[in-house]
Amino acid sequence: MTPTPHISVQHLNVHIGNQHILNDININIPDKKVTSIIGPSGCGKTTLLKSFNRLLDNTAGVKITGKVLVDGEDIYDPKAEITHIRKKMGLLSQRPYPLPMSIYDNVAYGPRIHGIKKKQILDQLVEEQLKATGLWNEVKDRLNASANRLSIGQQQRLCLARGLAVNPEIILGDESTSALDPVSTSIIEDLFINLKEKYSIVLVTHILRQARRVSDYIIFVYGGKVIEFGPTEEVLLNPQAELTKEYVKGFIS
Amino acid sequence: MIRRKAEEWFFKILMILAAIIVCGSFFLIVGTIFAKGIPYMNLDMLTKTPGGGFYIGKEGGILNAIIGSLYVAGGATVLGLFISVPVAIFINMYMNGKKFLSDSLRVAFDVLFGIPSIVYGAFGFLIMVYFGFRASLLGGIIAVTLLVIPILVRTLDEVIGTVPQELSDAALSLGATRWEMAKVVLRQIKPGIFTAVLLSFGRAIGDVASVLFTAGFSDNIPTSLHEPAATLPLAIFFQLSSPVEEVQGRGYASALILTIIVLIITVLSEILIKKFSKHKS
Repeated sequence: MTPTPHISVQHLNVHIGNQHILNDININIPDKKVTSIIGPSGCGKTTLLKSFNRLLDNTAGVKITGKVLVDGEDIYDPKAEITHIRKKMGLLSQRPYPLPMSIYDNVAYGPRIHGIKKKQILDQLVEEQLKATGLWNEVKDRLNASANRLSIGQQQRLCLARGLAVNPEIILGDESTSALDPVSTSIIEDLFINLKEKYSIVLVTHILRQARRVSDYIIFVYGGKVIEFGPTEEVLLNPQAELTKEYVKGFIS
Repeated sequence: MIRRKAEEWFFKILMILAAIIVCGSFFLIVGTIFAKGIPYMNLDMLTKTPGGGFYIGKEGGILNAIIGSLYVAGGATVLGLFISVPVAIFINMYMNGKKFLSDSLRVAFDVLFGIPSIVYGAFGFLIMVYFGFRASLLGGIIAVTLLVIPILVRTLDEVIGTVPQELSDAALSLGATRWEMAKVVLRQIKPGIFTAVLLSFGRAIGDVASVLFTAGFSDNIPTSLHEPAATLPLAIFFQLSSPVEEVQGRGYASALILTIIVLIITVLSEILIKKFSKHKS
């Protein structure tokens, strides 16, 4: 029943200014599965996601206590190497933000900063990742064109390819389809489902139907607390907590 | 009803009048410079340095001042950029979470921005005296650099502020260091940097008070940083205060040259700002 955890969150508390955003979070994110974090706006789900790759550190007035173990290593340990932690996780944000460079350079950016210089290896990596995200056939003739020329759906897939190119173990998605049209959305969703063979995926979403389509596990967050965590069907069809029931009902009906 | 209509009418007239005054004075100023300057405008003005009897109305031009001004404004802008870019990056990307500090720095630059240029000139002069420099191109460049740094920092700060957080997050989550992230942001704001450069250059080339004590004046084109350099605003001042009609006329022609340089820069930066805001969306 309990799968091996990839990320283990222990007594995580996050304060920003005077606000207590996350309150004693304890969860285990399973390995090689899709886990969705759901909950109403402002409940702390994005904060929770960003605590996994320490992007929270850049927020003004933030105070973080507790542990987040990735592969058994506490990422908030002062001795932890921050770029190394972030490299383990690809982030796909709400809207695609291609780097201000060509399609090729976007994908090659990560490998380059981590020391891969050989053109041959880079070429191969770029092709591989663009194929993995189904973009290769659409862009192979214009790899040197600006990434901003792509449609927004293509840009989002490019951002995914860019993230995969640094060879992460975990993919974090922050409402990654909210700016996309239905066709692009379903392409991204299918990608997530295929990618879970190799990666552990954590998605923040406010669309329950999406959570149901793509995820194996669901975390329901409300008011900065984890209210319920379990397999998708159980949480959505047979919620235990009163709050989860209300939330699920409110959206389904 | 009549009172409301009258009020509407009154303020409408007031607005139109105010607009006419503003536009009118712009055209009046430019018109006067053109009308008085054009007759004395010739190729010699642009291509020759002052000859022996230039200041009593004989042959020569103000090439010394044109080149001097370009040197001073260009040098100050380049030097200013080397100081402002790191400061702007530091405020925006390295002081996250220390809002009090970054805000204090911003206020400091706002204060510096408001300091009259004569004060920078005087300060530059003090530095020169302390180090035993004469009035020179270098002195002028240093004083004008002090003047343009707050302009550059403020503009760059604003431009960096338009870069979405998600872009820097994207670089960071690929495992970039802060400096690698800053490089991505700098790439994104390239047109904005260019705008800041033009704004600062435009301000630098027209400023007279900061170069008054520091750059000095010379009829020759400076060949080293330690020689005094003429600047356009001072050249205008000297010629206009002459009693000789010919020299006064050339003063207006010089003003025309300066106005046209500034106009070109303003229009160019205007276009770039528009282009830049298009890129943002």
